[in-house]
Amino acid sequence: MSTDIQTQGASVPMTMVQALRSAHDVMMGRDEDVVVYGEDVGYFGGVFRVTEGLQAKYGKTRCFDAPISESGIVATALGMAAYGLKPVVEIQFADYFYPAMDQIVSEVARLRHRSAGDFAAPMVIRMPCGGGIYGGQTHSQSPEAVFTHICGIRTVMPSNPYDAKGLLIASIESEDPVVFLEPKRLYNGPFDGRHDQPVVPWSKHDMGKVPEGYYKVPLESAAVFRPGKAVTVLTYGTMVWVAERAAIDTGIDAEIIDLRSIWPLDLETIVNSVRKTGRCVVVHEATRTSGFGAELTALVQEHCFYHLEAPIERVCGWDTPYPHAQEWAYFPGPARVGAALKRAVEV
Amino acid sequence: MTSPAALRLHIPEPTGRPGGTTDFSYLLLSEAGEVPRPAPDVPAAATASMAKSLVRVLDHEGRAQGPWAPAIHPERLRRGLRAMVKTRLFDARMQIAQRQKKLSFYMQCLGEEAIAIAHAQALQEGDMCFPTYRQQGLLLSRDDISLVEIICQLMSNARDPLKGRQLPVLYSYKRAGFFSTSGNLATQVPQAVGWAMASAIKGDTKIASAWIGDGSTAEADFHTALTFAHVYRAPVIINVVNNQWAISSFQAIAGGEGTTFAQRGVGVGLASLRVDGNDFLAVYAASQWAAERARTNHGATLIEWVTYRGGAHSTSDDPSKYRPADDWQRFPLGDPIARLKQHLIGIGEWSEAQHEEMGKELEAQIIAAQKEAESYGTLLDGRVPSAATMFEDVFKDMPEHLRRQRQQLGV
Repeated sequence: MSTDIQTQGASVPMTMVQALRSAHDVMMGRDEDVVVYGEDVGYFGGVFRVTEGLQAKYGKTRCFDAPISESGIVATALGMAAYGLKPVVEIQFADYFYPAMDQIVSEVARLRHRSAGDFAAPMVIRMPCGGGIYGGQTHSQSPEAVFTHICGIRTVMPSNPYDAKGLLIASIESEDPVVFLEPKRLYNGPFDGRHDQPVVPWSKHDMGKVPEGYYKVPLESAAVFRPGKAVTVLTYGTMVWVAERAAIDTGIDAEIIDLRSIWPLDLETIVNSVRKTGRCVVVHEATRTSGFGAELTALVQEHCFYHLEAPIERVCGWDTPYPHAQEWAYFPGPARVGAALKRAVEV
Repeated sequence: MTSPAALRLHIPEPTGRPGGTTDFSYLLLSEAGEVPRPAPDVPAAATASMAKSLVRVLDHEGRAQGPWAPAIHPERLRRGLRAMVKTRLFDARMQIAQRQKKLSFYMQCLGEEAIAIAHAQALQEGDMCFPTYRQQGLLLSRDDISLVEIICQLMSNARDPLKGRQLPVLYSYKRAGFFSTSGNLATQVPQAVGWAMASAIKGDTKIASAWIGDGSTAEADFHTALTFAHVYRAPVIINVVNNQWAISSFQAIAGGEGTTFAQRGVGVGLASLRVDGNDFLAVYAASQWAAERARTNHGATLIEWVTYRGGAHSTSDDPSKYRPADDWQRFPLGDPIARLKQHLIGIGEWSEAQHEEMGKELEAQIIAAQKEAESYGTLLDGRVPSAATMFEDVFKDMPEHLRRQRQQLGV
């Protein structure tokens, strides 16, 4: 596990939206080549308001609106990156990245490799992801596994405001292209999966205390979110909080690893934890089959086989599109995660 | 009540097939000098008629005619002619090398040489071209890119600057303003728009130029690029090379029937020109016009270059299976090399003897370069870059999982 570096400024309460906005602000202030671009991100500040105020502060050519064309946004950002700018583009919902898929897979991810380093396209593609907001099948997806299968892209997903800002700054400074997934269910408060309970605002959480200035949470650094001895939970994004709720509800001493960087990832932290606990539950919101949990399960099996005392469990979204009215049956809540924890420790 | 007529699907067909003769009247040609030349700051809408006509300078006798005839020094024209001859000879040598299995693949630009070479002369140092695989003329018109290096890329040998990763002909020369070529079609047009947007954001003076064939204008990326270029008034030139054939699909299959590719720009609000791509002077003049328009913040220009793909699509293609074998000889816009040569001789700046001498010299130069490149190996003899290099450049720094995979490969 890494330590965060070069923290500057006093910590103040921020939501994840405010923390992400602050990361943009800090980096646009430090580097005039950082350009923020996407649908509605300019004058209006984005439908989730992440980029609010940036156009007024940095001018129209540093933060501006794009036509509704995800492919065009990513392609032009590639051109900007190849020129030498650092574009940070927003895809309004992760569900809409598919039109940009060819540009991401065939162009952004491969430019450095195919040109043997002659050209590169370091850029950040931000996209709000995940369900739990009654978004139906087209506003709820978690497509992280799609990106992890592509060589040359980093995939990142924070679970709290502190990490969100530090990871976004690290992503903007990265010399590789980064897909930055933002679980929108966490924008305003930690969400433990109990949808019938009020959300506790980030202002009441330690992780909602965010330094105002520059700091980084390094990529490829997982966090031990909750130490424990009985079982390791490998997860990220919204499910970090669901897993915590499940551990509290069941009273199981679970160690929760928040991957933060999904790929490339911090294998060492994962392996150390599973070797210690001997048990592993993988939790993600995305569809189960060929989801990133399959990769995690395989990695744990390869590296921890002789330490395992129980089969590796997977708790994921079902293999169906995300349903609108049945959202809470789809969402892997604390009950399902808790049941898996019990199975893992009772073997 | 009468019963409705059955609907019929229209499948476009070319006007000539093997064994027949192509009727080229579909090309909608203008006479040399006929099309007016507006100032480069003309409102885009005022160019609408130029998307249907054809800008031409050289007439049938090789004389420069009309308002598009550029003021250009004969030395520049001789350099252009030399680069076109060099490109044609280079293509011919590499075509043979492929047949000898020294290359896995090659794509010549026979008949289209003027489009890249005259365009390159209208650009400036630092501008960025986003070419397709048929603009090798952009590189071969330069003296600072060595033929040996280019051939090493084609042979994927130990000195391939792209470390054996790219198909032959998919070059990358940042130092020459030649963007890494993609095999996926149309993807690079919106990228060029983005590069041009960045130049404008930074208050720079450089412009971008993007290339696409008639076939791939059907891709969404092309239309997206036109929209973005218009919206941001990006300093970019979008070149559609209409060489009539996308492998075996006639240009009508991409939507060229009864309209032109230049007209795609009209509805989007871009200045749009349709130009004789086999007329070196017209290509130079139109390129210079579009470059000036871009450089003075008047926005992007879409140019359709009308030409003919004289050879096969690639070394894996046999055009005699889908079009008349004598098409290129009968193409009404002729051969760009023959036309420029005729013009230069006509104005007393060139001769048949000089032309022959230049051909011999270039041939010798290319043969020497090929010999040297072959001495560094070919894909076939296995003298290729080390397999360890494939794990490099995936990310800026090699992550742990790739280090482990490289170890598994044992390199």
